[in-house]
Order: sequence, then C-alpha cells, then structure tokens
Amino acid sequence: MKKIILLIVSLISINLSAQMISGEEVLRNIDRNLSSKNKVVKSKMIIHGRRGSRTIESRSWIEGEEKSFTEYLSPPRERGTKMLKLKDRLWIYSPSTDRVILISGHMLRQSVMGSDLSYEDMMEDPRLSNNYHAEVTGIDTVDGRSCWLLELEAKNRNVSYHFRKLWVDRERSIPLREELYAKSGKLLKKVELKQIVWIENRWYPKRMTFKDMLKIGKGTEFVIESIKFDVDIPQYIFSKASLKK
Amino acid sequence: MFRFILKGIIRDRSRSLFPIIVVTTGVMLTVVMQSWIRGVMGDMVDFNARFLTGHVKIMTRSYAESQDQMPNDLAMIGVDELIKNLRRDFPDVDWVKRIRFGGLIDVPDENGVTISQGPALGLAVDLLSKSSSEIERLNIKDGMKRGRMPRDRGEALLSDQFATRLDVKPGDVVTLITSTMYGSMAMKNFIVSGTVEFGIRVMDMGAVIVDIKDAQQVLDMEDGSSEILGYFKGGVYDEHKAKGLMERFNAKYSNTDDEFSPIMLRLRDQNDLASLLDYVSDFSKIMIAVFVVAMSIVLWNAGLIGGLRRYGEIGLRLAMGESKGGVHRSMIMESVAIGVMGSLFGTIIGLIIAWILQTRGIDISSMMRNATMMLPSTFRARITPGAYFIGFVPGLFSTVLGTALAGIGIYKRETAGLFRELEA
Repeated sequence: MKKIILLIVSLISINLSAQMISGEEVLRNIDRNLSSKNKVVKSKMIIHGRRGSRTIESRSWIEGEEKSFTEYLSPPRERGTKMLKLKDRLWIYSPSTDRVILISGHMLRQSVMGSDLSYEDMMEDPRLSNNYHAEVTGIDTVDGRSCWLLELEAKNRNVSYHFRKLWVDRERSIPLREELYAKSGKLLKKVELKQIVWIENRWYPKRMTFKDMLKIGKGTEFVIESIKFDVDIPQYIFSKASLKK
Repeated sequence: MFRFILKGIIRDRSRSLFPIIVVTTGVMLTVVMQSWIRGVMGDMVDFNARFLTGHVKIMTRSYAESQDQMPNDLAMIGVDELIKNLRRDFPDVDWVKRIRFGGLIDVPDENGVTISQGPALGLAVDLLSKSSSEIERLNIKDGMKRGRMPRDRGEALLSDQFATRLDVKPGDVVTLITSTMYGSMAMKNFIVSGTVEFGIRVMDMGAVIVDIKDAQQVLDMEDGSSEILGYFKGGVYDEHKAKGLMERFNAKYSNTDDEFSPIMLRLRDQNDLASLLDYVSDFSKIMIAVFVVAMSIVLWNAGLIGGLRRYGEIGLRLAMGESKGGVHRSMIMESVAIGVMGSLFGTIIGLIIAWILQTRGIDISSMMRNATMMLPSTFRARITPGAYFIGFVPGLFSTVLGTALAGIGIYKRETAGLFRELEA
C-alpha cells in the first residue's frame, strides 16, 4: 500500500515539473513577440495629470537599444519637435528655436513631456533575455488569463530597472502586467498591457498604461495606432542631420 | 549738590576713570551689537521680502507645500482676474505676479552648435510695463553691470558672473531650456540685453531674468503665475496689517478641499522668518540684560575697591554727622553721573563704529562660495533711533546697581568705632 502511494506522489511531481518552464525560455518567447530588429511606430500618449488630461501624438523609428528617432506630431505646441537618441546621448530639435541641443545622459531617465514614461521607456527596445536573469516563481491570473509569474534580475548595471516582476500570458507569451523596481527594491513603475493583437506573426499590446509610482497622478496611456516591424529604415534617420529636416 | 559731585568726579580721576571706562566699553558694545543685529536681520528680512516672500504671498495650496522646488505644474491659473479683485479689495497693497523656474542656458556658435551650457535660476517679473515697481524693488537697474535693461519681449538679463562664465556678452543670443507647467520640454531663444550683479551669491552664480509675458508663453502658463506677491505701500512690513489681510483673503478665496485654490501667507509664515523676527525683537532685551548683569558685577567689584580706598573719607563724613543713607545716596548720585558720562562716550564711539559698518559693511561672499541659501553678500549695520539711547539702559542701570551693592558696607560702619579709626 505504501509503495502504491509513493508511486502516485512521484508521478504527480514528475507531471507538475514537466508543466513548469524555465525563466530563460519565457524571456526568449517574450522577446520573440516584443523585440525586433527595428520598428516604426505611430502612437498616442494620453497623459492624465493632476490638472486634466492631454494627448501627444508622435512617430518613432527604433532600432534595438541604441538608436531611436521620434518626431512629435501634435498638439500644435509640440509639433515639429524631434528627438534623436544614440546610445546614451539625446539630441532635441526645437522648431521654435531652430536649434539642436544635446541633453546629458541622465536626462534619459526623465519624464517625456510630463508623462509617466521616461525617454528610455519610450525610445529603447531592449531584449529582456540579453539583460536579465529570470525565474518562474508561480502561476497567477490576470484579466482571466493564466500567467507565469516571472521575476527578473538585471545581469549588468546598465539597465533602467534592476528588478522586474512580469505576469506573462502562458498561451501567448506576452506580459500582461509588469512591476519595475530599482536596485534598492523600491517600486518605480507599474505597467498594464492590454488589447493584445496578432500583428506580423507576433502578439503585441496596442495599449499600455504606465504609472510612475513616484508621482502623484493617474498615469499615462500609450496607444499604438500603427506599428511595422523589421522594415528598411534608412540610416540617415538616425543622424543629427535628420533633426532639422 | 550735583555740581559738587561732578567736580569731585572730574578732579579725582582715580575715583571715576575705571568705572567710566567700563561703562563706555559696555555701552559701545551694546550700541554696535544693536545696530549690527538690526542691520543684518533687517537686511535678511527685507531681502527675503523683496526677492522671495513679499509682505504677503499668494500661491495655490499644493504649490505652497513644496514651493522651494518651484513646482510650476501646481501654479495658479486665471491670475489676471485674481489680481483685479485684489486691487479692488485691498487697494493699499502693491500686487505683482512672478514666475520662478529652473532651466539651462545654452550658448550657441554661429552654426547653432553648443559652446557652453549652465544651469540657471529663472525669475520672471514685469520688466516692460512703465508702471512696474519690480525693477526698483529688485534693484535691477542699480545692479546693471553691462548692456541695458530689456526693452522688448525676447530679451533677458543674466547675472554678470554667469554671463562671464558662459562667455556671453550683451547682444548675444542664448537658448533657455526648461519645462512647461505640464512637464514638456520647452526652449526659447533670448537676446541678452545686459548683465546684472544682485549682491546675492546664489543669484549671482546663475540667474536669468525675463519678462513675465515671455515666461508665460515659454512655460505654457497663459494667464498663470507661480505666485502673487503683495507689498504694503511705504515698503515697511506691518505684522498686524499682514495678519488681517491674510485672514480676510483666505476666508474669501481659499478652500481646504481644493489643492489648486489660492492661499495667502505672511512674510513671517515663510522661510522660517517667524523665528528670525521674534529673535530680532527679543535680541535687544537679551543683550541689554546680559550687559547689565556683566557690567554690574564689574562695577560692584570696582565699588568695593573704591569703598576701601575711600574708607577714611566715608568715616569722616559719618563722624561729622552725615547720615549713612545720605552718604549712600551721594555715592549713588556719583554713579549716576559716571553712568551718564560713560553712556554718552560709549554711545558716541558705538555710533561711529556702527556708521562705519553701515557704510562699508562686511563682505561675506568668500565664506559663501558653495552656499545655496539666498542671502546678501555684504552685511551692514543699521543705525536706528533706538541706537541713540539704548546704551543708557545698561550704562545707568549697571553703575547704580553696582554702587548700591558696594555701598551696603556703609551701613555696617559703627559710629562708636569712628573716632578710634580717626585717631589711628
């Protein structure tokens, strides 16, 4: 009798561990969906501030973690402003002054246009598997979908968020919720990813809500109006000359 | 009797010289300290009022909670209407809008490439209206070092040291990089019309002054301002008046449930000035008390020594029939005369020293190289009407007290023993 019970328990354990997946594998699956060689995005940021909401439209060309070009399309006050990020340097072109100004690296952690996104959040496309160690710590449910609970720790110091917690849709391998932490363990941002759609052979969120936990406010919605992956982006776009064009 | 005492003091210098020196020194120090404290503290209060606090200041409730950070996202909107109402309701106060902001000043070459860049403390005031009192209040015209005052929109003043560091001269174009009240990055080109020396370390290191309409435009603060400052006509802060004004304004306009409703604060409610003002008012009393006690002890000792030296004289006077009380009273009258003379000399010398400190001041800018507090670079004394007579309080009180204590010994003299002493 004892032998039978032991056999049943062993079979159940083997079955459970077969269902668990490694953190690294989950990250690779996420990167397959979210990361690309490059992307061109037309987006809208709806910033919910203490005094009301405002919407900023922009178009971005992003290549990996190091190159990004953004042009702001509306409102009229912001129209024509352009930003070029190359590695850790950020140049800003302002049509009202007709000048290109280099902003120092630490500004990249500052808020874009008063939103809950930083320049790094908006202008980088990091591969999580390159930058983080991951561990699956459990299973949870978000918006009715079963998710892996993933805990990430940065492999090096050059990332914005040293720790991350991800709730990753088990079926679609895409995060539905993220918590982003500093090295001290302080919670910096919360992100909710919604309207997951199938685009160009990948799952991708069309709407993300960022909440900067260090700010009073109701957060920022980042809405993707159109996105194209792995297109042919002329390299002159990622040059200072394109800022004044 | 008084003329007799006076003759005795003048002719017998050994009786009077030391007490007069003591009183003169103590009174001189009292007058100098009084003038110095009034000057320094008065300058700090006046300086704070002109540059930071006004006699009263209006901000939104949320801005007031963190005003040191200049949170323009919490600034007031609709200020033109508010100022119109303030001028109607409180016409004996001069109301002015100001915007404070932080940013970078970027200096380009002829191709628009950055040559130099530096952080700036921005102040936007009404520079262009003919009726503006801000230029005089902030001493801008008198502080001009190079160039001229702005005449048009799009012109700015830089602090002279800042301009020198950035290698900017009047006529050059610089770009202000800052944030709007909604958090967006904003840039605007300004022509530097001139440079100013404020005499305030923090501002001299990196200030930019622009017209308020330019600031409203670049910071996206149409009909907005960080704060509205009120100054009593006459320029003197009146605590009682400020309290009444604040209570009436807050009762009418302020709402504790609305973080953007305006709230008025008095000068003393800001920047920890309450403790400073109380300190100034209490300092004179504390100083006088300290000097009275110290000088009384010294003069008591001097009186005892004098009593020993005049032992024979006092004994003779008692033997001749003068009452002990009469001798004591005459000694006190002597001390009054000494006190008056010492106080007069001490006040004159003290006023001369205070006048020198008032005119030349003490430059503390070398001690404030890394200071981030808003303080004037030169501290000066200020001679007030009180300085002319404050010295007489410790001067007279200490001599009388010292002599009164020393003279107690007279009452212990026994008449029966007097003739024996005389024979001896």
